[in-house]
Amino acid sequence: MDISTKTHDAPPPPPQPRPAPAEQKRAARGATRPGDRIFLGLTRGSGILLLVIMAAIAVFLSYRASLAISKDNGNFLTTFEWVTAGLEPRFGIAVLAVGTVVSSIIAMAIAVPIAVAIALFLTHYAPRRLRGPIAYVIDLLAAVPSIVYGLWGALILVPHMNGLFGWLDDYLGWTGIFAWDEGAPRAMLTVGILLAIMILPIITNVSREVFRQVPQMHEEAALALGATRWEVVRMAVLPFGRSGVISASMLGLGRALGETMAVATVLSPDFDLHASLLNPGGGTFAQNIAAKFSEADEFGRDALIASGLVLFVITLLVNGAARLIIARRKEYSGANA
Amino acid sequence: MSHAAIADKRPGSLRGARLPQWGPYAIAAGSVAAGLGISAGAGLHSSIQWALIAAVLYVLGTYGIAARVEGRRQAKDRVATSFVWVAFLLAVIPLASLVWATVKRGVKVLDGYFLTHSMGVVADSEPGGGIYHAILGSLEQVGLATLIGAPIGVLTAIYLVEYGRGRLAKAVTFFVDVMTGIPSIVAGLFILSIMLMLKMQPFGFAGSLALAILMMPVVVRSTEEMLKLVPNELREASLALGVPKWRTILKVVLPTSIGGITTGVMLAIARIAGETAPVLLLVFGNPFINSNPFEGAQASLPLYIYQQYSQSAGSTYAYDRAWAASLTLIAFVMILNLLARGIARWKAPKTGR
Repeated sequence: MDISTKTHDAPPPPPQPRPAPAEQKRAARGATRPGDRIFLGLTRGSGILLLVIMAAIAVFLSYRASLAISKDNGNFLTTFEWVTAGLEPRFGIAVLAVGTVVSSIIAMAIAVPIAVAIALFLTHYAPRRLRGPIAYVIDLLAAVPSIVYGLWGALILVPHMNGLFGWLDDYLGWTGIFAWDEGAPRAMLTVGILLAIMILPIITNVSREVFRQVPQMHEEAALALGATRWEVVRMAVLPFGRSGVISASMLGLGRALGETMAVATVLSPDFDLHASLLNPGGGTFAQNIAAKFSEADEFGRDALIASGLVLFVITLLVNGAARLIIARRKEYSGANA
Repeated sequence: MSHAAIADKRPGSLRGARLPQWGPYAIAAGSVAAGLGISAGAGLHSSIQWALIAAVLYVLGTYGIAARVEGRRQAKDRVATSFVWVAFLLAVIPLASLVWATVKRGVKVLDGYFLTHSMGVVADSEPGGGIYHAILGSLEQVGLATLIGAPIGVLTAIYLVEYGRGRLAKAVTFFVDVMTGIPSIVAGLFILSIMLMLKMQPFGFAGSLALAILMMPVVVRSTEEMLKLVPNELREASLALGVPKWRTILKVVLPTSIGGITTGVMLAIARIAGETAPVLLLVFGNPFINSNPFEGAQASLPLYIYQQYSQSAGSTYAYDRAWAASLTLIAFVMILNLLARGIARWKAPKTGR
């Protein structure tokens, strides 16, 4: 703020020519009093502390990961095993990386269209009286802890998947992707569906904020030209909201990639790649950490930290990309939700 | 004036033919009936299947009928409308099922005894026991995390809004954004790597540190938004009276926005209270009551749910306890949410000028 903090005892002097830039700058700093200096130091210090924490996360994870990877007898990137006990540890992240990506892609493929539709429903289709309460309920659902989704997924969703899996196997089993050996449906597709349900409220919330900011004029112009409601949405709302929807999806993707408990409770993992999404097996980074942690010794924990580092880097990239898209279109403040 | 005249598609009328008001409902009823019929005929049992069939039939039927009566553009509009409605209903089903299942199964064992006893001498496969130790651990860990995370978050937000210029502020803003997306398990692994180096055993406060890391960016973001809402005139008036900047912030800016800041902090608490992964790595879980967060493994509510589910080998008693603990956790989070929104509404007029 460009305001001097000096007191004026005398009545204000008549307007004077603006002070020289250097003088103005000195006045603007205003951190001359001890109180100001301490307060500035405190606030700036906590800002710097946040940066230090981020750096420390990267440094500490990399250090512990390097301890583990240097003793890995397999290839850290391509080994299909996770054996960390004994004299010849062999572990690799290939299965975990594939599982994480596959489950997240399924979740995005289901959640993004539905979330965008719900956001449109809330901004353009729902009866006006219902909009507030529904948005409120979706806000609350975004706050349901992931472990509760996990418990519900494992005990309620999994038994309900049998019918759908049988159906997919009957009609699409020939593709290989939807082949099913009648095992318990604790498979990647179930995980993907559960993740989709979990990230739906977040994507909906952010998209709704973006759609609400579409200039009224654009919509009215389209209506005045005789457009139907769908044409208004397609020609005025969606183009305006595209980058907002993309960043909302990326935020949801970040959640899906790092989700631990919901995957750990639903999936029955193994360390192999499967062509079918319907047969149990595979794993994700976070799920593997939660599952292997309790029986891991110190070296085993370092190995898990190494896999966590990979997850950290992936989520950093995804979130950074989302933020850059938002930054390019500053007006979408909805991403702050 | 007769509506029948408008409904006729005749040249010279400004409006084309429209489906009657009850049209969509009729198509919906028809497609649900057809979906049920097809399922019954083909011997399909899953409710997911007939619902999907009905949804597809509804969309196709709407398009077909509307295209005949109203024309292609109107038909597309109706299909879009029906797709949006179907998407909404599709999403409501699992979410309603989640809430319903938790409440229905949770109330079975949720009573005073359950809330005031621990699992100390109860095996996971036996009935009885409770969540007192888990509630205690959760409250201590979340409380300590809030004591660390909230002040740092608020101070950082003050720096960004009131002082922030130049490279440092830009870097902090960017990394706060990025930090929001850190998976909770990575925050847990970070503290774990420090604990491995210092040869420490699991204890409650380690979990608090990880939770504080997860909390900070959320608090920074929401506080920043609230501080930006404070009108500049208030700051300028205070500064013009000769009040130092730091006192202006403490006595004018913060009191004006305190409602919004409290809301943000409470929402952040609600979010970390449900985190399981870092607690699993750092606090480890403990069936006995341990009220000291600085020494020895503790329990926590989300971790209790996970362990009741995963370590009980399918015992119904353990599942019942897991549901009851879930209900308690959801109730806690929802109450925090409602309180936070209440405070936001109550304090809103002060900032909303």
